[in-house]
Amino acid sequence: MEKATKKKSRTVTRRAFLQGLGGGAAGAALATRIRGQAGGVGQAGVTLSPALSQKSINFKVNGKSLSVDVEPRESLLEVLREKLKLTGAKKTCGRGECGGCTVLIDGQAVYSCLFPAVRADGKQVITVEGLAEGDRLHPVQQAFIEKDGYQCGYCTPGFIMSSVALLNDIPAPSPEQIKAGLSGNLCRCGNYVKIYEAVASASQKMRKD
Amino acid sequence: MRKDAYPEDTGLDYLEMAKGKEPQGKEAQPPVQTDFKLIGRPTPRIDGHLVVTGRAKYTHDIFFKDMLYAKILRSPHASAEITSIDLSAARSLPGVKAVLPLKEGRVKYEGEQIAAVAAVDENTAEEALRLISVEYKVLPHVVSPEKAMAEGAPRVHDSANVEKLNEYSRGNIDQGFAEAEVTFERTYRTAIEIHHPVETHASIAKWDEDALTVWDSTQAIFSVRDGLARALGIPATKVRVIKMYMGGGFGSKLSFNEHTVAAARLAKEAGRPVKIMLSRKENSLCVGNRPSTRITIKGGAKKDGTLTALSLKNYTCGGVARGNSGSEPLIDIYKCPNVKVEELTVYTNTGGGRATRAPGHVQGTFALEGFMEEFAAELGLDPLEFRRKNYTTSNLGGTGIVYSSKGLDKCYDIGAQKIGWDRRNKRPGDGQGKKRRGLGMGSQIWWGAGVPGTLADIKLHRDGSVEAVSGTQDIGCGTRTYMATIAAETLGLEPQDITVKIGDTTYPWAPISGGSLTAPSVGPAVRDAALKAADHLKDMAAKKLNVPAADIVLAGKKLYDKNHPENAIVFKDLVGQLSRETVFHGERADLPAGFAYNTFGAHFAEVEVDTETGRISVLKHVAVHEVGRILNTLTAESQVVGGITQGISTALFEERVIDESLGKMVNPNLQTYKIATSMDMPEIVPLFVDLADPRINNLGNKGLGEPPRIPSSAAVANAVYNAIGVHLREIPMTPDKVLKALRDKEAGS
Repeated sequence: MEKATKKKSRTVTRRAFLQGLGGGAAGAALATRIRGQAGGVGQAGVTLSPALSQKSINFKVNGKSLSVDVEPRESLLEVLREKLKLTGAKKTCGRGECGGCTVLIDGQAVYSCLFPAVRADGKQVITVEGLAEGDRLHPVQQAFIEKDGYQCGYCTPGFIMSSVALLNDIPAPSPEQIKAGLSGNLCRCGNYVKIYEAVASASQKMRKD
Repeated sequence: MRKDAYPEDTGLDYLEMAKGKEPQGKEAQPPVQTDFKLIGRPTPRIDGHLVVTGRAKYTHDIFFKDMLYAKILRSPHASAEITSIDLSAARSLPGVKAVLPLKEGRVKYEGEQIAAVAAVDENTAEEALRLISVEYKVLPHVVSPEKAMAEGAPRVHDSANVEKLNEYSRGNIDQGFAEAEVTFERTYRTAIEIHHPVETHASIAKWDEDALTVWDSTQAIFSVRDGLARALGIPATKVRVIKMYMGGGFGSKLSFNEHTVAAARLAKEAGRPVKIMLSRKENSLCVGNRPSTRITIKGGAKKDGTLTALSLKNYTCGGVARGNSGSEPLIDIYKCPNVKVEELTVYTNTGGGRATRAPGHVQGTFALEGFMEEFAAELGLDPLEFRRKNYTTSNLGGTGIVYSSKGLDKCYDIGAQKIGWDRRNKRPGDGQGKKRRGLGMGSQIWWGAGVPGTLADIKLHRDGSVEAVSGTQDIGCGTRTYMATIAAETLGLEPQDITVKIGDTTYPWAPISGGSLTAPSVGPAVRDAALKAADHLKDMAAKKLNVPAADIVLAGKKLYDKNHPENAIVFKDLVGQLSRETVFHGERADLPAGFAYNTFGAHFAEVEVDTETGRISVLKHVAVHEVGRILNTLTAESQVVGGITQGISTALFEERVIDESLGKMVNPNLQTYKIATSMDMPEIVPLFVDLADPRINNLGNKGLGEPPRIPSSAAVANAVYNAIGVHLREIPMTPDKVLKALRDKEAGS
């Protein structure tokens, strides 16, 4: 399986939500400053010179080193989806309410819709596309299929990334820890209890292997 | 410019579809096979690997070269007259490729479309919207149904704000009440809730000369195709609609949308593909909601619990559109000779209602089953015994035709046993302490017979590969998987051997995916096509193996003589001997006349109410459904789990809140519009009375989409009543309402 780099063990609740939110505020401030320098109101992407409006970032996505030009206002989610065409992470609310955009950044589950792309510079990002090794699915992915841990499947990539982060932190979570660990993700089809089953099953399997 | 070109979607049209046509068929189908090997087992989804690796393509995930992004400017006012609109600044913004006015004259709700732009990226489109200047003359608005009904309220439409929606009667209601020894009356209220599918509505429009292809996040590709053809004034043959994967709909994606038409027109003007993805706020405002209801039920009964009369009056509100009829459960589910129903819809200046998973039945069942629970207490009867006392095996409350199959009694037996019904408070509110527990239940009826005429093909390729094809939609219920399972079962293959093709209007016609229609429509059509293919192959094998076709068995990827299994030919080899690839057309046959076809179920909930905080925790929820044969127990369980989760969410959290003075929604996001999360889940027990209906179709299956959604909120509300001795009669049951009810009870009011 993919071993995401783990930062530190801790109680998992809404995980990196606050971290992501802080990043969002910082990102907004940065965007304002650059736009202010150009003296323009709005139209940032259109009228600013590329030197001011673009920043080149180097980061690893699913193990691959990439260099991408990003705008300060762009979120990591936008860069993943629109520029890299990695559409596993979904934009469901765009404001850190639902977890559909969850990815791993240096092993931590993060809402990529709130994470400024510029801050991904130098980081390791894993998306749901990067979990399987060739045709061999990650045990969490396999368990979601076996336990039917989804219905429409749109929130599933986010749930899978949160589950992987949870199991990296707590390899044998209690039912309450599973509930809490997934509390930052919303499933509107309402399949939470099937998702718990999938996570518990993956946990067992991963400890056996 | 088009003016009000798009009729409002209404729950009523959808109910007509869900109910289906009057059964037309003259005779029963051939007997339903009972010894299936694959059907009825827990089969993991055949496309699961695409979903869990992020490779399943939803409309949001599709890109084209030179694709533009569209955004729609929407009314900030609940009621206003557009006096001028200036699009020139937006048009001249670099990167903007097309701008369209969409509205003139009066706007009637916050979020109504005004104009649309298409630009090279989303940010530029957003900028362009800000450059559109619109002058409004703001008009008086009304957003609450109570105020809309008042004398002198601002008119939402040209006609009155209150309009007749539905009426029904049978027997003699006055005589029914005269015969009653006890009469009882209560009023129940439900709030407006928002569908909030996780994938917001989205469309991509792409023209190739005069032909339009649209990728749409929809539950109804053929409705979108026909709607677009009408709106654009082009033949249906020039429109193709594709839906690969869709991130939830729950009724909000059943009809074609204004924004899809806008995307098509912008794409035409710009000469480039156009993608539109609604925001969460737009999803909250203008693509539907579950209408509110205020339902008053009056019942009459003998002291032994025999119902003599039931009357229902419903004031329902679906904003600028019609509300929901909530009377069907009351009309059908209990034996009662005298019934009267009057339903009125109230218009307000808010976004229009749409079908929402089990429209009307969720609200009507909350009211009816709350009433049954309270009436039982008034009569001093066990609420389950009261329901059994009025059980019926024919529809229209025992005055109509018999049900083809009805397993509700078995649902009661199993559910009561699983929840431990004996543990309930014998009188509501008997429990003591700060945290009080209670048990409650709810009964369910819905249609779910499917649509005769649904088409599916089985295509055999000469390399031995097999396709199952139908223009249906998989909206998360596992359609692809049961199509593959049915084809594999019939042809002696495995589900993985079948390539399923759905979600494209170039495929054979299938109905909307809503109203519990899909499985009992598409399943039998696939079965019919596969049976024809199997017959053809058996004839071929009979000649090769020199035995009568009747003795040929299709199993284990072979065809063999049942008396001499070693006399066999491999499926792939036989198919390779076809002279060409061969298509077998299947059709879902008519329903035999003379019977009623319905689905049934019962839910039992256990809750704990914290009397100090007013917080309700659902501890356990048992659901037992009778929906004919279960095609796939694994995905069927998920549908039930989802129905319960959504029902708990409705019972405890969900409510669209509109500021009365501004006429604007104050919770148009997932942070302030509360839905159930993983922290709110009880232990869930999904069970089935797995009875194949003997005549409904060639599989004996009924639909399962709506049933588990229908009694879940009612069961939770009734459990709260059993716990604290006072029925809130209003959902969502937020802590403030619980505390107020407890205070009122103590004060003796």
